[in-house]
Amino acid sequence: MDFGALFGSLDNFLSFTMGGLVFGAIYALIALGYTMVYGVLQLINFAHSEVFMYGTFAVAWVFIALHGTGSATWSLGHAIPYLLVALIAAMLLSAGVALLLERLAYRPLINKGAPKLIALISAIGASFALAEAMGLRDRIASWVGLDGKLANYVAPNKARDVFSNPVSIQPHGLFEIGGYKVTDVDLVIVVAALVMMVALDQFVRRTRFGRGIRAVAQDPESAALMGVNSTRVVQLTFLIGGLMAGAAATLYMMKIGSTRQNAGFLLGVKAFTAAVMGGIGNLRGALLGGLILGVMENWGSAVFGSEWKDVVAFILLVLILLVRPSGLLGESLGKARA
Amino acid sequence: MMGRDLGIARRWDRVVDRYQASSRPVKIVAVTLVLVFAYALPLLRPPIITTQSIDFGGVMFRVIAFALVALGLNIVIGYAGLLDLGYVGFYACGAYTTAVLTTYHWHWPFFLALPVAILVTMVTGVVLGAPTLRVRGDYLAIVTLGFGEIIRITVTNVEWLGAAAGIKDIAHPNNIGKAPTPPFDPGGMFAIPRLTWEGFVPSVDHKHETHVLIFGALDAIPYYWLVLTVLILVLIGDRLIKASRVGRAWEATREDEDAAELMGVQTFKYKLMAFALGAAIGGLSGSFYASSQSGYINPLSFPLLLSMLFVASVIVGGAGNRWGAIAGGALVAYLPERFRDFADYRLLVFGLALTVLAVWRPEGLLPPRRTRRAKKAEAEIEALEEGELDEVDHA
Repeated sequence: MDFGALFGSLDNFLSFTMGGLVFGAIYALIALGYTMVYGVLQLINFAHSEVFMYGTFAVAWVFIALHGTGSATWSLGHAIPYLLVALIAAMLLSAGVALLLERLAYRPLINKGAPKLIALISAIGASFALAEAMGLRDRIASWVGLDGKLANYVAPNKARDVFSNPVSIQPHGLFEIGGYKVTDVDLVIVVAALVMMVALDQFVRRTRFGRGIRAVAQDPESAALMGVNSTRVVQLTFLIGGLMAGAAATLYMMKIGSTRQNAGFLLGVKAFTAAVMGGIGNLRGALLGGLILGVMENWGSAVFGSEWKDVVAFILLVLILLVRPSGLLGESLGKARA
Repeated sequence: MMGRDLGIARRWDRVVDRYQASSRPVKIVAVTLVLVFAYALPLLRPPIITTQSIDFGGVMFRVIAFALVALGLNIVIGYAGLLDLGYVGFYACGAYTTAVLTTYHWHWPFFLALPVAILVTMVTGVVLGAPTLRVRGDYLAIVTLGFGEIIRITVTNVEWLGAAAGIKDIAHPNNIGKAPTPPFDPGGMFAIPRLTWEGFVPSVDHKHETHVLIFGALDAIPYYWLVLTVLILVLIGDRLIKASRVGRAWEATREDEDAAELMGVQTFKYKLMAFALGAAIGGLSGSFYASSQSGYINPLSFPLLLSMLFVASVIVGGAGNRWGAIAGGALVAYLPERFRDFADYRLLVFGLALTVLAVWRPEGLLPPRRTRRAKKAEAEIEALEEGELDEVDHA
């Protein structure tokens, strides 16, 4: 244990905090998908991590399509047009996967009135299948006879291995806060995530669709009687969750630059932890939970060593739930005031 | 709702109904036959279900070990209704306790380490449960998930537990019968040949004999027998406790925690008990896993994915029904092995199969009797209500 590493100087403290905020923002974006689906359907969308993972691949694919496979290092300014295309592609792909999930793995169960737990199993199965399908993308391409044409996209070296973005984005320092160089990449990630969260929050609070979502979250039967099409609402929820996961995937690829077929798993667990920490079903809670989780686990890794980072995250979760058993802002989506 | 199910499921329900309607002697005979068949299964090697590319005895051991885990988890999920996504943590706990005690400085024999492993895991269950069981439902799910992860990270990073390299040379169970003397004497009390099949024609294969009861790297079948025996013992215990006040308290808590609390059930106490018992069985299975054929474990043996598979087997089988849990566990362990020919696609197929199964039969393969009765009653009430409404309309 080395508290000096964290609290020894203000500079260290700030730099760990800032670093944590960047990841926290990404967690928060992914957490939205969990928290919204949970708010509306009361089920853990276990395959959401795969929705995110498909987004990260979309980003890498866009860069390969636009730039080719040769590796390069760009500044953020140079990469922005590419990133915008990648963002759209990732959001579309993730949203598509999320909608597909809803249609194939959830809707039949909801229609049958199946127990909640079985939906979890369906989700786990879908999560497996999606991750494996991505791991086997070269085989799947060869089944449809496209492996030659798709070679760049399906098998950079070994299909199950890390799939890197050909362009790595070199962050530039913008200004310093107490010795921590805030880079343009960090700033974009945090600002983009915040903007999206605020936009979503306003969407849910102010629009007709948002009202529909809140109505179904609060009382599905009454909502149906009041003329809310609950199937449509559920679809919309998955769609928004997928869009946000796609955005998170783009930000993640900006920061990390490589992905793999199981990239989503731990991130998904963390994001779900963030959602629970903030109070699941609560959009603002997801933001708060994500940021707190990101910062705390960075502090934890400074104090206990980076290998204990995840342990810190989960112990923190237990501690918070002990004090507030329904999360920090334990108020559900349905009860959010307009 | 049932009408949309495929024929197999309905036929299976009918078999269950017929068994339950039959008289006691018939039941005893049926159970005995099933038991004999279960013990003989790895020797019979029936066609179609036997795996070709990998040792069938080993597969059967994995299947039965998985069934044991599912039976333990069924107490937590099925009876008490606590969604535990970190069950692999207990499994790992049992495995590591056994590993540490039978290697390094201690070199305890396996059967001395086993009860200690169970006890340690039970205590772990209480330690995890005491603070966390106050949170409910999905909150509990994520906390337990975190617990599984914490255990895995801990064993990866603590040098004393072998870190990433793991622990090897974990003691096997003690042999029963003459000890083997290498190179040519395999030991054991006696040897049993197994069957080979050409198409559907069986013949006795004397080349591969199972030596009773030698636990070593050569043959997994004695392990299978051992775990099967333990499974039967656990089943008996499970039956007793389910029928007791404790079992009723669990069911009450699962159905409506607040109501149970108001009726004087100390829900927290019973939930903790379910957690501890489930953990103990998880530790028991982990212990067997650690000392099985290879006698080697490392942190990679306990991924969180395994936890998901445990939960999947309980739910697929029909949460709350002990036979369902066993069947689910067996199926989840067996399917990927059977389809090893598909090598890389097996997990893909497995994932799809889970989803399809969930959609096809949402109440699990073998839903508990109570659930089926409740469902039937519900359908009747619904039919009645609709009938009445119709009458009112006509009048």
